[in-house]
Amino acid sequence: MSNQTPILTINKVTKTFPGVVALDKVSFDIRPGEVHALVGENGAGKSTLMKVLAGLYKADAGEIIYQGSAVEIASPLDARHQGILLIHQELSISPELSVAENIFLGAWPTNRFGILRKSKLNKDAQSALTALGADFGPSVRLGTLSIAKQQMVEIARANAFEANVVIFDEPTASLTDTEKDLLFATIRKLRDRGVGIVYISHKMDEIFDLTDRITVLRDGQVQGTVQTEESDVGQITQMMIGRELETFFHRAKSTLGSEVLRVEGLTNTRHFRDVSLSVRQGEVLGLYGLVGAGRSELVETIFGVRTMDAGEIYWQGQPTGRLTPRKATDLGMALVPESRKEQGLILGQGGRANISLPHPSMFSRATVMNVAAEMRVFDTYKKQLEIKTTGPEQALSDLSGGNQQKFVLAKWLCADPKLIILDEPTRGIDIGSKSAIHELIAGLAENGLAVIVISSEMPEVLGVSHRILTMSEGRMVGQFSGDEMTEKNLIEAVSHRADGVLASV
Amino acid sequence: MTRNTSAQSRHTNSTVTWLFRNHIWLFLGLAIAIFSLASPYFLTVNNISNVLTQGAFIGILAVGMTLVMIDGEIDLSVGAILALSTALAIGLQEQIGVWPAVLAGLASGAALGFLNGVITAFSGMHSFIVTLGALIGIRGIVFIYTGEDALMVQDFSYTEYAEIYLGPVSITALTFFLLALFFQWVLTSTRHGRETFAIGDNIEAAHDAGINIKRHKIINFTICGTMAAVAGILLSMRLGTAEPNAGKIWELWTIIAVVLGGTRLTGGFGSMWKTIGGVMTLAVLRNGLRLLNTPNYVELMVMGAVLILALLLDRVLSSQTEAR
Amino acid sequence: MTSTNLISGLKKSGLLVAFAVFLGAVALSTDSFLSIGNILNVLRQVSITGMIAIGTTFVVITGRLDLSVGSMLTLLTVLLVDQHNQVGPLLAIVLTLAAAVGLGAFNGLLVGYLKLNALIVTLAMLSFLQGLTLLYSGGSNVNIPNAQTTWFRFFGRSDLLGIPVPVLLFLSVGAIAAFVLTRTVFGRQVYAVGGNETASNFSGVSSARTVFWAYILSALATGFAAIILGSRVMGAQNTIGQGYELTVLAGIILGGTSMLGGSGSIWRTVLGIAMLGFIQNGLLLMGFPYYVQWLVTWVVIIIAVWIDLAGKRGRVLA
Repeated sequence: MSNQTPILTINKVTKTFPGVVALDKVSFDIRPGEVHALVGENGAGKSTLMKVLAGLYKADAGEIIYQGSAVEIASPLDARHQGILLIHQELSISPELSVAENIFLGAWPTNRFGILRKSKLNKDAQSALTALGADFGPSVRLGTLSIAKQQMVEIARANAFEANVVIFDEPTASLTDTEKDLLFATIRKLRDRGVGIVYISHKMDEIFDLTDRITVLRDGQVQGTVQTEESDVGQITQMMIGRELETFFHRAKSTLGSEVLRVEGLTNTRHFRDVSLSVRQGEVLGLYGLVGAGRSELVETIFGVRTMDAGEIYWQGQPTGRLTPRKATDLGMALVPESRKEQGLILGQGGRANISLPHPSMFSRATVMNVAAEMRVFDTYKKQLEIKTTGPEQALSDLSGGNQQKFVLAKWLCADPKLIILDEPTRGIDIGSKSAIHELIAGLAENGLAVIVISSEMPEVLGVSHRILTMSEGRMVGQFSGDEMTEKNLIEAVSHRADGVLASV
Repeated sequence: MTRNTSAQSRHTNSTVTWLFRNHIWLFLGLAIAIFSLASPYFLTVNNISNVLTQGAFIGILAVGMTLVMIDGEIDLSVGAILALSTALAIGLQEQIGVWPAVLAGLASGAALGFLNGVITAFSGMHSFIVTLGALIGIRGIVFIYTGEDALMVQDFSYTEYAEIYLGPVSITALTFFLLALFFQWVLTSTRHGRETFAIGDNIEAAHDAGINIKRHKIINFTICGTMAAVAGILLSMRLGTAEPNAGKIWELWTIIAVVLGGTRLTGGFGSMWKTIGGVMTLAVLRNGLRLLNTPNYVELMVMGAVLILALLLDRVLSSQTEAR
Repeated sequence: MTSTNLISGLKKSGLLVAFAVFLGAVALSTDSFLSIGNILNVLRQVSITGMIAIGTTFVVITGRLDLSVGSMLTLLTVLLVDQHNQVGPLLAIVLTLAAAVGLGAFNGLLVGYLKLNALIVTLAMLSFLQGLTLLYSGGSNVNIPNAQTTWFRFFGRSDLLGIPVPVLLFLSVGAIAAFVLTRTVFGRQVYAVGGNETASNFSGVSSARTVFWAYILSALATGFAAIILGSRVMGAQNTIGQGYELTVLAGIILGGTSMLGGSGSIWRTVLGIAMLGFIQNGLLLMGFPYYVQWLVTWVVIIIAVWIDLAGKRGRVLA
């Protein structure tokens, strides 16, 4: 049961960056022994707020009251010393160091000469690990542990530094179901110890499973704070986006044509085995599964980025042999990859150069680039996709996630592909752009493109797809269409391995 | 694909992992075996003593270079710093005496290393560029000091210091091993040493944890410069002369030795043991080829080929132990 | 990448500041420094290093390094000069350029296709090629006996319209390279691979092939440099190319091309190389021994790159 007096209160905190007010008089509080969810679309201000709390940013106005008195948090180390700990999405760890060294990074016990007091270090680390129920010891090299266990080591810092407030930022992004259960058990242990926990996520099922209260942010302002028990997904979504869930997704009303792509028995021994699928003109095929199921690897193999160890790919009925991204593009395939920063765009360059990159023949004459053609296509898509950018040369690193994603789309659409594969197309994108992308997907299908959409968001995949394939641990475990496409069916499908046994680690 | 690894495959993984992380000893063993078979003079006490001494000069440079490399940086100026300390140790003897001159040589190495560290830390420039500049410029300082001809020591008893032996092990080789062992201990047991790995491995995490990265890097570059100076002093004792071109290209051999040993250029991974292995392998190769009276060009070509083969081996091994 | 960007970029660049100050200082203390004759002289002296640097710039923009160019220059010059005496200048040139392409392809294979570390591979090649040179030459130097009469002298010892041929070659190859880099598909791919290799691969650009060709260009440029060098010296010692890789790199860095890849240009390289040349020339004219330039080069590199970096970041300290 949580104590009613807050341990941390954020009072009318405001933070601005050039051109944007990220936090606008935000107030909320965290009580000891509670799990408090912080939700909102990207751009709503969650990450800014979290960074203010963790000492990475300084608020421009407002105050932070911690343990009864107003405090200044000057740096992450300062935050940690005060008892506020942030667990990022990208783990803040050094794989070459030991577990104990990672837990106490920056605060290793040494004697006068700078020599590490290893026995004390390991002993202190062990007690933090034991409190979490960890099954590994303090002296193993961190790199030998799985991601979930590495995450546990980060969380162990909470015990080690006797944190009073722990902030989790999208912690389940790379975890399997079982690892997620482990994480939740760990969080509950922390909560029972009286730690106040801020849980940032957009996964409604997790929030309603784990948390006690929910605060919703929209456009830098608090929309409200509710008791989880007394609320539901609909209310929260409404507060987040300001409109009903149902109008969110669009399913294309297209007529299905002939088969565009078929794969049979496709295998990449490290990631997936014996996968078969096909998709037709005008069809939106959803690919649902948990993280680690192998979906991205599957489409990357189809597109030729990864090697195909076995199987056949047929394009418009003809076998293609081994593909490379170049061959795939020339055939008429397009892949909008999972990570736009790492795989989708060259952020240091502008929109014009990015758009033309996959299509040299379209934008050049005898290998000399045709800049005028590039400009024309740039302008076309800037208008069509409503991209906010100052010009063809503005470095894409300056743009928001949504606008960046639009450039990735422009880059592929300008060559009139026959098949477009979208891997988590709306991840990390603000609500306005998200909806626009869904409309776009429907429009593409209605124009006769074959579309494959990979999504981990149940409502999204249910909303846009004509047919859904489910993958689990590298195998295709189900196919659903029409009325069969329900949450229950999908979840059941991915909870089981191909042989019908419940998936576990 | 599966997250379940059976107990057996986990065991295989750890043997392969050890091999992958320590493959230099295979190379060294192979090299020693080949040359002992090829030449009767190889495994003699006298020759082994020579190998140890010859390797020790690059070895001392490599000790400093290893520290800097685990940090994720590089120091291309060690050869030039070596030359300057040699020049000062010999050139200043007449004016201020032997030991003050030696001290001046050491101080110059420390000072130049410190300078490299400060520039790298405060400007944000990549150490490749900073030390490339230093490589060029410090060589200029050497020439300005010595002129175009070598300096010679006035009192040749200075060279007797190089003749000190502990059994078959010369003072040069001894210094190398002691320094390597000392800094290996630093890497594993002191805060500074562990921070070196932390910084090389994940610099943001280290920064967020409050580790003072600038100060740390300055310390490591200062050590690296000092090591170069130590090697320079020992060289001056051995030769009795200070050539303005001393140590030319040595930084490249040093990098080769360290990387051959298995320390990664990208940082966060390595050890003095690996460096000892790499240095000795290099020394054995060169010595062995010379014993076999192979012409000069063989040594150069073999070095190049061995290095590329080592890279290929590294690539093959790492692709097999990849967990994901 | 367009010309207005280049000029405004240069305007903000710290290296121009450093360069202008230096030129001013030297011009004040000597008479002949800024004369046409002297400028052409400087350009002629840097034409060999500059020629190599033009090719190596492609490699650097993809985010790699080529430390083998010095040894490659030695090998190619020795080969060229020796073959000149055996099969005549025309065949010798063809052979040398073919050898250059072969060496570049080897580098490109290792670094581009096998994805081995560029620093180590080209370092290994530095050593290997040095040995190969000794093997080929048997340790002795080669000379061209008919230095006065062979048409081969054109490349290194002649003038055309009052401009030394090496300078013409240097600048025209530079212009062609600049065109390729800024206006062709390949040039775009070079910048793309340097900017984000993964994204380039996902976009149908083969980073392996792009890097492969970049190394070939670097080697080919070294081949051209060997032609000029061989023609000028009319002979070749086993150490003739030693150290060139450092000067080439120094020139590229001084010009402001980033070692991380994804940005830079041929004209920046030409400027950087020219700066090095003017430093050397100016100091010599002022009566300093040749090794003082090294000290000055160090200072100039640090200052110029620091200012450049500070300008991009908006503040001086990291």
